[in-house]
Amino acid sequence: METIWAGIREATQLLLHRDPYVLEITALTLRVSGTATLVALVLGVPIGVALAFLDFPGKSIIVAAVNTGMGLPPVVVGLVVALMLWRSGPLGWLGLIYTPTAMVIAQALIAWPLVTGLSMAALQQLDPRLRWQLLGIGASSWQMVLLLLWETRLLLVAAIIAAFGAVISEVGASMMVGGNVAHHTRVLTTATVLETSKGNFALAMALSTILLLLAYLVTFALTSLQQRARRL
Amino acid sequence: MRTCSRLVGWVGTLILLISTTLGACQAIPPPVDTASGRKMSKELILATTTSTQDSGLLDVLIPLFEKETGYTVKVIAVGTGAALRMGERGDADVLLVHAPEAEEAFMAAGHGLEREYVMYNDFVIVGPPDDPAGIRGMEDASAAMKRIAESQTLWISRGDDSGTHKKEKSLWKEAGIDPTPLASQPWYQESGQGMGATLRIASEKGGYTLSDRATYLNLQHTLHLDILVEGDPRLYNVYHVIVVNPEKHPNVNVEGARAFADFMTSPQVQDIIRSYGVDRFGQPLFHVGR
Repeated sequence: METIWAGIREATQLLLHRDPYVLEITALTLRVSGTATLVALVLGVPIGVALAFLDFPGKSIIVAAVNTGMGLPPVVVGLVVALMLWRSGPLGWLGLIYTPTAMVIAQALIAWPLVTGLSMAALQQLDPRLRWQLLGIGASSWQMVLLLLWETRLLLVAAIIAAFGAVISEVGASMMVGGNVAHHTRVLTTATVLETSKGNFALAMALSTILLLLAYLVTFALTSLQQRARRL
Repeated sequence: MRTCSRLVGWVGTLILLISTTLGACQAIPPPVDTASGRKMSKELILATTTSTQDSGLLDVLIPLFEKETGYTVKVIAVGTGAALRMGERGDADVLLVHAPEAEEAFMAAGHGLEREYVMYNDFVIVGPPDDPAGIRGMEDASAAMKRIAESQTLWISRGDDSGTHKKEKSLWKEAGIDPTPLASQPWYQESGQGMGATLRIASEKGGYTLSDRATYLNLQHTLHLDILVEGDPRLYNVYHVIVVNPEKHPNVNVEGARAFADFMTSPQVQDIIRSYGVDRFGQPLFHVGR
């Protein structure tokens, strides 16, 4: 119990004194997970739209795969991405292993099934007559998709929140493809693991506190946006 | 149409929000971008054991090396077994490891270009202060481990093919116990984690384990474990630096690896290693010389 309070006190101290080490890893955490969420959004929503509106043979297999992917274990993603990106792997020549870019790739892979699955479900939830109505009043397919996405905006923001929450809190993939390299790929979760193994429990707890605070602030911003959108 | 303009406004706000989040972070200088192909010359991947990282030694040495040579070092702390495999596949440029037999096999197979002695410390057998197996003060490490096995007292093994795990297995063999089937024994548990985590598990469960002295001393104040057996010559723990052979893997940064090996064996660094930890623990964590 004492360590938890000590950790929260230390977190406050570190933030007040703008500790450069902590600011650096906090900024990297935000940058990596934010970019990964954005990438997942850009890739995930169009696939979600396609799965919601197109019918093709074997669709149920793909939809089930996407839904399974919503619970994709980060270590599995980490291992596969590491095997690809290691110098001995097929994409080793890119020199991406142990870089923030590698972490973005892994985290985006973790996040995109969440975005795809949730946006697909959100679109399918809409009354199908809305589609025919929109087409009936002369909307092009593009306009129709945009308007339908607009109708699901609350659920889409919920999908973003879920995706961001999943990637900012994961440690397995970041550790494997990032390597927890100081000043390069050390993020809040991997730093917490390291400080725990070094026996610096108060600092580990401080980093955890900052992680929770960061996740809360980002989610708060997204939630405000979501609640504003509700009134539109 | 009103809905449409609202849609645009709303999407705009979303993009603004995300880009300010990202932009704010970008203002802080981002870590060196390694995708640009500069890595061959100035970036170095060091695969090493958890003990050198958990003891804090590398936190002192790496910044000094980077400042002196201009290289950027990426320290990947894994067990010695994993570090050697990274070397075999050219996934690392230089290794700092502690499993002499496995290292000799590595060199014999032509995976390494140079192997140099850096430092040593020793392993210790640690366990609960009340010492249920009664091994305190024994001088023969294998005999002590045999007593633990016979009394079936809890033993926590690294179980991760690290240098410490390799040493543990060789000590079991010398005690006349085959380590392979031990994992099915209820008193023998494998943590599968680094030294720090394994010590923590042993401490929380009241078990015995084999540890390098540096990691133990560094964590001692948070553990309920005493050093029970030390001083057996077989507990000698020696670290070598290995330059990975670039013949098999042309993208290995051999100049950087050589610079690191030279750095680790230089008189200046050997002096730092010799005195590292004395101020905090009253004794050095690593020794140099033979």
